[in-house]
Amino acid sequence: MTGFDLKVWFVILALGLGTYLIRWSFLGVIGRRAIPEWAARALRYTAVAVLPAIAAPLVAWPAATGGQPDPARLTAAAVTLGTGIITRNMLLAIVAGMVTLFGMLYLWA
Amino acid sequence: MTSSKSPPVPAPEAEPALTPEQRRVLARGAAQCVTHGAIQALPFLLVLLPFGLLFGVLAAESGLHMGQVLGFSVLVLAGASQFTAVQLLSDHAPTVIVILSALAVNLRLAMYSASLVPWLGDAKPRQRALLAYLLIDQTYALSIQQFEAHPKLRLDQRLAYFFGTALCCCIPWVFASALGFRLGRAIPESWALDFALPITFLAMVAPMLRTPAHLAAAGVSIVATLVFSTLPSGLGILLAAPLAMATGALVERHLERKKAEGAA
Repeated sequence: MTGFDLKVWFVILALGLGTYLIRWSFLGVIGRRAIPEWAARALRYTAVAVLPAIAAPLVAWPAATGGQPDPARLTAAAVTLGTGIITRNMLLAIVAGMVTLFGMLYLWA
Repeated sequence: MTSSKSPPVPAPEAEPALTPEQRRVLARGAAQCVTHGAIQALPFLLVLLPFGLLFGVLAAESGLHMGQVLGFSVLVLAGASQFTAVQLLSDHAPTVIVILSALAVNLRLAMYSASLVPWLGDAKPRQRALLAYLLIDQTYALSIQQFEAHPKLRLDQRLAYFFGTALCCCIPWVFASALGFRLGRAIPESWALDFALPITFLAMVAPMLRTPAHLAAAGVSIVATLVFSTLPSGLGILLAAPLAMATGALVERHLERKKAEGAA
């Protein structure tokens, strides 16, 4: 087993255990004790805080272009966001973004 | 919600009349509730299956083995965090950063867990342990909507419905990621699949941007992660996420206070 393999398995086990404990938290032990207000407030924003932080660098400096900003990918990201905000439909936003990306990559090539 | 503390003399005509639909829901046996949950979960497969396929494809590109793909999908069973972990692993981010970033994506599950306690908190410890494992966005969204629409469902009916949704969501997820892994090696680079992850994440976030607080949180998240991008890989996310969460919470509190002042 290589070092990378070990690292991947360690991540899987730690992430699996940690994620389970997060899910089990209230159902398992905390029960009906209320979440503190500040925590509930912060938790409401986890998804919008974490997912853009992961996506933004991949949009701005894509590995596929050697880290150079790429008009096709920037436009596709903007179209995805715009479609998602207007239609509130995740699938539609993905399709719109992908179509934009392929369209522009095709025109550029 | 129930009328246990209503006048001692039962007054049937005072009870809100049940619609035929509600009667039908309440009369279902446990097995029928499982089927009902599974059927109502079917449309979610439109998102789950491509998402699972994509996870398998990206995992294959990142040099993972089939066993590891299954390990992720069975033991973690949380799509967005699996993507996050694989992305950071292929960037050779430090192990601690990979784990913490992926866990941060899953913090929202604590909220789901808390919000199900009033509905499922009386289940046996073993049942609660199992339903905690199966708690994902889709099973939560379907179940909470069903429980709130039919508050008179018995505990066994609620549990059966939840496990029905889980059956339909979680098993295809595992198979889709395995299939994606097999297909992954055959997909040419010109398909620009590197961009599937950011597109999917942006498409997940966009419909959530309903309030100024959500917009502010997402904005801070993007700016901060770009500013911190010179730091070792993954560290920027760990700094940007709490900043963005705090921003969302502060903006929300500020707006609530302003509204309260306006009303007073």
